[in-house]
Amino acid sequence: MNPLQIFRVALRALLRNKMRSFLTTLGIIIGVGAVIAMVAIGEGAKARVAEAFSSMGSNILIVLSGSTTAGGQRGGFGSMPTLTWDDLKAMRSEASAVRYATPQLRATAPVISEDQNWATSINGISPEFFQIRDWAIRLGTSINQSDIEGGTKVVVLGQTVVENLFGPSADPVGQSVRIKKIPFQVVGVLARKGQSPMGQDYDDGVYMPYTTFQAKIQGGLQKFIAGSIMVSAASTDDLPRAEKQIGNLLRDRHHIAIGGDDDFSIRNLTEMANAQQEGVGTITKLLLWIAAVSLLVGGIGIMNIMLVSVTERTREIGIRMAVGARPRDVLTQFLVEALTLALFGGVFGIAVGVAVEQLVAHYTGWPTLLRPDIIVVAVLFSGLVGVVFGLYPAQKAARLDPIDALRFE
Amino acid sequence: MAPPLIEVEHIAKVYRMGDVDVHALRDVSLTICDGESVAVMGPSGSGKSTLMNILGCLDRPTSGTYRLLGQEVSRMDRNALARVRNRTLGFVFQSFNLLARTSALENVELPLLYAGISGRERHKRSREALERVGLGDRIHHHPNQMSGGQQQRVAIARALVSRPRLMVADEPTGNLDSRTSVEIMALFQELGRSGITLLLVTHEPDIAAYASRVVVMRDGLVQSDRTQTPQVADVAAATAEAAAAGIR
Repeated sequence: MNPLQIFRVALRALLRNKMRSFLTTLGIIIGVGAVIAMVAIGEGAKARVAEAFSSMGSNILIVLSGSTTAGGQRGGFGSMPTLTWDDLKAMRSEASAVRYATPQLRATAPVISEDQNWATSINGISPEFFQIRDWAIRLGTSINQSDIEGGTKVVVLGQTVVENLFGPSADPVGQSVRIKKIPFQVVGVLARKGQSPMGQDYDDGVYMPYTTFQAKIQGGLQKFIAGSIMVSAASTDDLPRAEKQIGNLLRDRHHIAIGGDDDFSIRNLTEMANAQQEGVGTITKLLLWIAAVSLLVGGIGIMNIMLVSVTERTREIGIRMAVGARPRDVLTQFLVEALTLALFGGVFGIAVGVAVEQLVAHYTGWPTLLRPDIIVVAVLFSGLVGVVFGLYPAQKAARLDPIDALRFE
Repeated sequence: MAPPLIEVEHIAKVYRMGDVDVHALRDVSLTICDGESVAVMGPSGSGKSTLMNILGCLDRPTSGTYRLLGQEVSRMDRNALARVRNRTLGFVFQSFNLLARTSALENVELPLLYAGISGRERHKRSREALERVGLGDRIHHHPNQMSGGQQQRVAIARALVSRPRLMVADEPTGNLDSRTSVEIMALFQELGRSGITLLLVTHEPDIAAYASRVVVMRDGLVQSDRTQTPQVADVAAATAEAAAAGIR
C-alpha cells in the first residue's frame, strides 16, 4: 500500500469513532497548546525586560567614587569623592573601549514654574548623557558643548516634570523655571520612557550642564566630581574590556598598589539585565517541562486507545491478514493511526496555543512573541509521541496469529 | 509434467494446550491437482479445519512438507505466507468475514490493496469480480444492507479478484438457507469450470455432493478419499423446491 492509502485507511478508522478520537487527542492538544502559549508569553516577558533595561541605556557602566571612613563608620561607595575631572578626561581619551563618558551630579530640589512647583532630581550632565542612555529629545533641543563651556542656565525637562509644572499637553520650551531662586530657560523636553525595572520614574528629572550645576546648584568648582561617572562601551562585547580599562586606569591614576583596595567601584547594568532575563528564562523552562509532561500524558492516552482499538478490531486484522496483509502492513497501519491522532492533536494544539496567546495579549496587555521554531518543534514532538506510544499497540496487532484473529468474537 | 497444485506429505500438527499435546493432524498425505474440487468432510475435532488452515497458508505444520505449486511453503516465514495468501489463494468463510461499514467494492479491493495494485486497475478488477458474482448493481452497498447470500457473494468476489489458483472455502454455506446454498455452490462450480481449484470444508453431504472428490477426515487422519461425478447445482430446481416447501 502506498502512504496515501495507508493514511486514508487510518483516517477512516479514526473517523468511525469521532468523539473517542477527539478525546484521545485532547491530551496532545493541551500539551502542544501549552508549549506554544507558554513560550510566546515567556518570550514576550523577555522582550519586555530587555526593553525596560534598554531605556536605562545600553552597555552602561557606572563608576562610583570611594567610601569615607569616619570614626570607624564606613560611608559606602560614593560617600567620599575620589573621582576627579581629570579622571573623566583620561577615561574619554585613554580607554579605547569607552565610547562616551559623562559625569552625573545629583541633587534634589524644588523646581518652580509660573504657577506650580515640583520637587525632583536635578542632574548635572554633559551632552553625552543622552547618547549613553539612548534618550531622545521630544521638543526643543538638547544641551550642547557650548552650554557646558559657557555654563549657561538652560535645562532639559523630563515628561513628568513638564506635566506637573505646565500641564499634560503643554510645550514649555522657551519658558523659564526657577531652581534655588535662579531662573533657567527650558530648551528641551525628553520623550517619555516609563519606569525602570525597579519602578523608578525615568521621566521625573531635570537635566542641566554640569558646569552650571557646579556653579549654581552645588556651589563652587571643585577638583573632585561630587557624583558618579556614567560610561558606555562601544558595544556589548566591549563592555568587559571597558570595565577592565577603566579599572586599570583609575588604579594607576589613584596610585593604588597591586592588591590594594580600590577607592572606586564600577557597576555593570547589563549584568542586572542578564540576571532578569535569566529569571524569565527559568520560568519559561519550568512551564515547558510542565507542557512536556502533559504531552507525555497525551501519549499514554493514545497508547491506551490504540490498545483498545487493536482488541476491538482483532477480527478485522485477521481478515486483512487472510487476504494478504503482511505483519508489516498491519504494523504500519496502526502506527499511522497513532501518528495521525498525535499530529491532529499537534495541529489543533497550535490553533489552541495561538488562540490562548492572542487572548492573553488582548486581555492582560502582556506582550507575546510567537516563535515559529517552537511550533515546528511542538508538531515534530507530538509526531514522535504518536510513534513512540503507537509502537507497542501496533506491534501487538502485527503479532496476532491470523487464525486466532479470525476466530476472535 | 507440471507439478500438482498441492502436494502434502506426512504432515502433522500438534497444539500444546496446558500440559496436554493435542494431535490435531497425525499423518496426512494428499495430492490435489489443478481443476479439482475437493470437499473435506468429517466430524468436529477430526482435524479438517486444521488441514484447511495449513493448506490455506494461515498456519504451518509441525512436521511434514507442503508444496504449493511446487514451492515449499511449510517453512516459510509470516511475510512470505502473507504473499502466498495474497497472490495464490482466495478465502471464503462461513461467517463471510467482510469489513463492516465498508462498501462491497472496497471489501473486494482489499487483496489488491495489499498486492500494491494502483487505484484505477484495482477499481476495474474489483468491479469485474463483483459483476461475475452477480452483484454489479450493489457495489456501493455495505454488508449490513445485504442478505447472507449476497454477503457471501461479495466474499467470493474478494477471493476471486486476485485471480487465485486455489480457492479455500470453510463451510461457505453454513450460515445460508438451502436455496441460497445451491446458488453459492452453482457459483463455485462455474468458477471451477474456469479453472480454479476448489477446496471446500463442509460437514453437509448435500454440499459435498457438488465436489468431484471427497476426503473424509477422522482423528487427524484421512479415513477415505474418493472421486465422484459431481452433482450439478441446479438453481431453478432448488428455487422450485423452496417455493413448493413454502406452499406446503
